[in-house]
Amino acid sequence: MQKSLNIDPGKCTGCLQCEMACSYEHTGTFNPSRSYIKVFTFHHEGRFAPYTCTQCDEAWCMRACPVDAISVDLATGAKVISDDKCVGCKVCTIACPFGTVNYSQATGKVVKCDLCGGDPQCAAACPTDAITYVDADWTGYDRMLASAAKSLPSAEATT
Amino acid sequence: MSWTRKILRVDLSKGTCTSEPLNMEWANQYLGQRGLASKYLTEEVDPKCDALGPDNKMIMATGPLTGTMASTGGRYSVICKSPLTGAIACSNSGGFFGAELKFAGWDMIIFEGKSDKPVYLLIQDDKAELRPGDGIWGKSAWETDDILHQTHQDPQLRVACVGRTAEHGCLYSAVMNDKHRAAGRSGVGTVMASKNLKAVAVRGTGGIGNINDAKAFMAATNDGKAVLAENAVTGQGLPAYGTQVLMNVINGVGALPARNMRDVGFEGAENISAEAMAEPRKSDGRPNLTTNGACFSCTIACGRISTVDPTHFSVKDKPEYQGASGGLEYEAAWALGADTGVDDLDALTYINFLCNEDGMDPITYGATVAAAMEMFEDGTITTKETGGIELKFGSAEAFVAITEQFVTGEGFAADLGMGSKRLCEKYGKPDLSMTVKGQEFPAYDPRGIQGIGLAYATSNRGACHLRGYTIASEVLGIPVKTEMNDTDGKAELVKAFQDATALVDSAGLCVFTTFAWGMDNIAPQIDAACEGDWSVENCLETGERIWNMERLFNEAAGFTADDDKLPKRLLKEVIKHGPTEGQVNRLGEMLPKYYEVRGWTADGKIPDETRQRLSL
Repeated sequence: MQKSLNIDPGKCTGCLQCEMACSYEHTGTFNPSRSYIKVFTFHHEGRFAPYTCTQCDEAWCMRACPVDAISVDLATGAKVISDDKCVGCKVCTIACPFGTVNYSQATGKVVKCDLCGGDPQCAAACPTDAITYVDADWTGYDRMLASAAKSLPSAEATT
Repeated sequence: MSWTRKILRVDLSKGTCTSEPLNMEWANQYLGQRGLASKYLTEEVDPKCDALGPDNKMIMATGPLTGTMASTGGRYSVICKSPLTGAIACSNSGGFFGAELKFAGWDMIIFEGKSDKPVYLLIQDDKAELRPGDGIWGKSAWETDDILHQTHQDPQLRVACVGRTAEHGCLYSAVMNDKHRAAGRSGVGTVMASKNLKAVAVRGTGGIGNINDAKAFMAATNDGKAVLAENAVTGQGLPAYGTQVLMNVINGVGALPARNMRDVGFEGAENISAEAMAEPRKSDGRPNLTTNGACFSCTIACGRISTVDPTHFSVKDKPEYQGASGGLEYEAAWALGADTGVDDLDALTYINFLCNEDGMDPITYGATVAAAMEMFEDGTITTKETGGIELKFGSAEAFVAITEQFVTGEGFAADLGMGSKRLCEKYGKPDLSMTVKGQEFPAYDPRGIQGIGLAYATSNRGACHLRGYTIASEVLGIPVKTEMNDTDGKAELVKAFQDATALVDSAGLCVFTTFAWGMDNIAPQIDAACEGDWSVENCLETGERIWNMERLFNEAAGFTADDDKLPKRLLKEVIKHGPTEGQVNRLGEMLPKYYEVRGWTADGKIPDETRQRLSL
């Protein structure tokens, strides 16, 4: 069974626990500037949006890489970067339509979400379930359910 | 470890920035943030100095848990001598600035001297330099934040700065960070502006990687987060309603002061409560509360993000105030609302925006306007002084008008900017100032609740709820319920809250965690992060040491037991109606006992044996 990160921006409070969990997992430091997931704050609307790689099946980054440094982790479906192969050319950062592959000055390589080998730490750290790791067939299920509940006639109207 | 072990010293007179090692001997005694920076202040600043002169210093300090995954671990404090009180000032703020300072590799910044021209400090990791502040001086805190982001083209830059009120010399201006978080009380922003320092902009990419025992730290912080999530206050009440959950509660128990504390109980409380903020309004079908927001690393997320009704008179023709921004917290809602008799939620939210935009402490500002309103009502102040504004209790229009003047420094601003103590003295009504050591009360009437009166009277920074929040016990029953009107046991209760809070404020954590956390939840997190012994016992002793050190600074500044007092109104004028009818505060029954449990002399001095016990 393949699993996916399921992000519900409406539940996000902007605390950045996910960014710290991610950077701690990948660099051993609490360091949002090196997190592969980013929380964006839209101040005037009062909204927050956690954003990271969605692991496209037909991944633009993988197709664009001239040295085949990006491969599929067969256990998780994650597109992962081999630091040994990556030459830091950044073509994948141009190819990705979502901007979720990024160059890191600290390493001279590109970096992206690798689903932490199947136990994504951002989801584990999120205090509000804005980020969950769910059966890939059920991404969006929560919102579908909420929407379905809204579409029901009220109990009063049916009696 | 968890400290970066580095201090940035900025000499504004010489224009230099130098790095120096953190004094680890002091760090082991005072932990960080409030405690450690206060230690530096007491060692380096003459307590008798002019708070707004070049001899005062201003320290921005993080704690060892700032910038970590410990829940709420994003706090920093601003420490200096206060221009409002003349006592030690320490104001604590959340947001994201503190963590960023730590990621840049600095435990604290010590500002000294005074620049001859407006400047701002730019920190990019270990690079720090003073830059000309011409383009931002004279701008609001919000504009300053925007301009610095545009100038440096860095969306991740975090800014702490002062608004226009600090430049105009308002004695209770805040240091604002991330636009709507504030190191709010005691005029720390006024000290910053007095040094011609407009802003600190920081970007840190180094992170924190030197946790002493990382495995134990992750376990301890995860345990702590689970406790917060399961607790009814931190897991449900605060995220849903914010601190505003208290408005109806405190009014209900008969302890909500109103109209400059002339009354207790406010008939308009419901209109300005958390429940009212969640109610969809007629004009656009939206509630005042847009969402809740968190400070860095906080799993509680009590912050209010609000919008004003776009058809409301205060913002009708001002699209720049129709977006979402920092909404009303309980203390602000009380001071701006109940204390002035104004129950117009939209007007109060707009005034709160202006407090954030130009950086004034809404508690002292609201309470000062309330004192002016009482003097307007008895004819002491007239429309001649207020520039034609009918400054009556309950008038939202007058309050909005005078606040719009205030932020630009016009009209009655200079008088209101003095705070209520100097204002009431100026107009010959000193008893109408609701202050301790010159700082205004927050939102709990000490006639209704005895212990908080003792906490106010003995607070090292003047009247304040955050120096010993006995409301937790006396109203909410945390950790155990004590009777509101009892004086027995309140000396011990106040001491316990004061010492524990001093420790929490020195760790990088938010004091709101203590609705759920005891020291047995907090100490293991510090102990795992830092070298040295941070057992529960040592944490509590450290808190007590910090409390006594602050008291010694004040003693050297000229404060005595005579300053541990409450205004006459709270000791003599009984509550006229409601569940606490007939009560006054009985400070005299508690204060001698408090000195005794502190190990102080009968006249409130700290004797040698207590100093030795605490290694002071």
